[in-house]
Amino acid sequence: MKFLPLVWKNVWRRKFRTTFTLLSIFIAFLLFGILMTIRTAFSFGVEIAGLDRLVLIHKVSLIMPLPRAYQSQLQQVPGVDIVTHQSWFNGIYQDPQNFFANIAVEPEPFLKIYPEFVVPPDQLKAWLADRQGAIVGKDLAERFGWKIGDRVPLTGTIYQPKSGQSWEFNVSGIYDGADGVDKTQFFFRYDYLSENSQFGDGQVGWYVVKIADPARSVELSRTFDGMFANSSAETKTTTEKGFVEGFASQVGDIGAIMIAISSTVLFMFGLVAASTMAQSVRERTSELAVLKTLGFSGGTVLALVFAESMFIAVAGGGLGLLVAWLIVQAGDPTGGLLPIFILQPRYLLLGAALMIGMGLIAGVMPAVGAMRLRITDALRRN
Amino acid sequence: MRWLTETFAVLALNLRTIPARLSSSAVAVVGIAGVVVVFVSVLSIAAGFSAAMQGSGRPSRALVMRSGADSEMTSGLDGNAVDIIKQAPGIRRDGQAPLASAELYVIIDLPKKASPDKPANVPLRGVEPAGPSVRDELSIVQGRMFEFGTNEVIVGRGARGQFVGLEVGDTIASGQNRWNVVGVFEADGSVSETEIWTDARALQGAYRRGNTFQSLVAQLDSAADFTVFRDWLTANPQLNVQIRRENEYYAGQSQALTTLIRAIGYAIAGLMGIGAVFGAILTMYTAVATRAREIATLRALGFNTTSVLVSVLGESMALGALGGAIGGAVAYLGFNGYQTSTMNFQTFSQVAFAFRVTPGLLLTGLAYALAMGLIGGLFPAIRAARLPIPTALREL
Repeated sequence: MKFLPLVWKNVWRRKFRTTFTLLSIFIAFLLFGILMTIRTAFSFGVEIAGLDRLVLIHKVSLIMPLPRAYQSQLQQVPGVDIVTHQSWFNGIYQDPQNFFANIAVEPEPFLKIYPEFVVPPDQLKAWLADRQGAIVGKDLAERFGWKIGDRVPLTGTIYQPKSGQSWEFNVSGIYDGADGVDKTQFFFRYDYLSENSQFGDGQVGWYVVKIADPARSVELSRTFDGMFANSSAETKTTTEKGFVEGFASQVGDIGAIMIAISSTVLFMFGLVAASTMAQSVRERTSELAVLKTLGFSGGTVLALVFAESMFIAVAGGGLGLLVAWLIVQAGDPTGGLLPIFILQPRYLLLGAALMIGMGLIAGVMPAVGAMRLRITDALRRN
Repeated sequence: MRWLTETFAVLALNLRTIPARLSSSAVAVVGIAGVVVVFVSVLSIAAGFSAAMQGSGRPSRALVMRSGADSEMTSGLDGNAVDIIKQAPGIRRDGQAPLASAELYVIIDLPKKASPDKPANVPLRGVEPAGPSVRDELSIVQGRMFEFGTNEVIVGRGARGQFVGLEVGDTIASGQNRWNVVGVFEADGSVSETEIWTDARALQGAYRRGNTFQSLVAQLDSAADFTVFRDWLTANPQLNVQIRRENEYYAGQSQALTTLIRAIGYAIAGLMGIGAVFGAILTMYTAVATRAREIATLRALGFNTTSVLVSVLGESMALGALGGAIGGAVAYLGFNGYQTSTMNFQTFSQVAFAFRVTPGLLLTGLAYALAMGLIGGLFPAIRAARLPIPTALREL
């Protein structure tokens, strides 16, 4: 501890160099934070997807509808808690560029199955009372400046209304949720869709089933698919997690790309840090020799050099991660394309570990060199 | 003239002594090369995707969909509407038959080769007999064309490369339907190459669609006839359709994703660039510091200040150019032509494409590298030029 002032002095002996090294490492970890945020965004919330929720889609593909009659059959299977259905509406708000997910649901079972969507009780009551009601995510409401009671028209792309050009909705409530919950969606009532659609009802997009025991998900998936085998609408059941993973993998391995870029970045800037440390120690060879002459042990000299490189890595990196975190708090800059825009705590931890690793690696060669330094050689070198 | 000779003399001296400062120069070069690799390769994804999408459309072809539909996927046209549309003026005719194909567009689940346990949405298109002749870029490269009236299909080259079970002779099992693969087609690397094609009538039967279609593609007499064609259709009270030029339709579909990839690419490369400039500043600062005495000597001998300044800038730009060249080469060798597929969010279907490291991207990368070298060298260069001669000579 008593050597801290010495380390501090050494760090700042060349202010210009230290400042730029700190800035390089700052940038490296700022980028690391942002890249990991993008990685999370492209995993579409797989971390919070439930294992006790099964998704049943048409076996041929997601876009094919399923008969509504399946609901009562599914409900009778032992081990099933709640069954509900959803339908992708694909409506457009004013301009196709304003994309957001809008889905027809059954309000009560929907909110029971997805407790992560939090709706204040009075707003829920309003939704249940209004057939044209909809609940919208907090981020979505902010994006378009919607308030409770606002009327929102959506142009149907798949479903055409019986009269007029567009579908009219009332914002009944605004849902919120923890970090990592997609707050950019628009949920409205299926009964409104089925009654007001030109093509009648009887069809739904997909089913979500909450099961009592997540351990039975594989077995129940097989049971469900068996129930509808050889019908005109065969099903394919997966856990919600598997479903989301499948969706993410269709987009492509963005995660791997982000990791590749992060590695490049950390390597690049680690090299800068290592070269700075090496140079800084080289310049001080005679000083270190003097320290040793004064009786500093090899171990102490080693620790001094390590402390210096560790300081630079942790200070620069910590600041970088902090700024990345602050940027992410400001929300998705693309206006809705990346609904889950968070810097997860586990990446903050990983970042901290990487900083320490960088400090160690950058310091190891110069520190060991300094430790092994023979006083006579070093003093003679000048 | 004398100034030029001086500058070159100092620059040559600087460059010749780089090997003596190898490790410090390598840091700058590696940094700049890293930025260029990331910049070029990320943008090559956007370039590849947009080439696949935009190469798919021709201004002389029109796509008719139901009014309000945002893609073929959500559109619907009944048989009567299709018959009327085919009467429209402006459609090229082969004898009496209009070069127009009413089509169905659905997706089926097939495993991706890259992740066989996860299904991918592969588009299956049903075409009318005019379908292949409407798209003159299409050619069969293996096997043969499917027979109309059967459950035979042909698959695009991109689809065959990305998904499991699409070789000639394979049978695709989808729900209760069986499709026999009889041929492979090519279409200028466009998005069609990710599709599977069959007879629209066969698809209507398999999907219980009755006599309905989703879209109609028409080959026009010329690109200029689009207005006549569109106006005739929109004026017809029996129809409720929207008409778009095919190239505009595909460009619109690729826009959101291309913009997103480009934005991410520029943001990441921009930030990395700032870091690389810091690295270059450190390198050049060291270079100037270790040669302070040399530089002071030159100036004491009467060398011009600007010669010294320009020579330091020249050195750092040379490092930048080297980094840019290495980065460009790595990106080109590593990623150009890399085959992959992603999802088109408008239709939820897969699009196979190849990364495209274009000459334009390489030049932009190189320009970026030179800019990083220039900015990185600026402050150290000014410092070298301002170095007080007596102090510098006394140093060390």
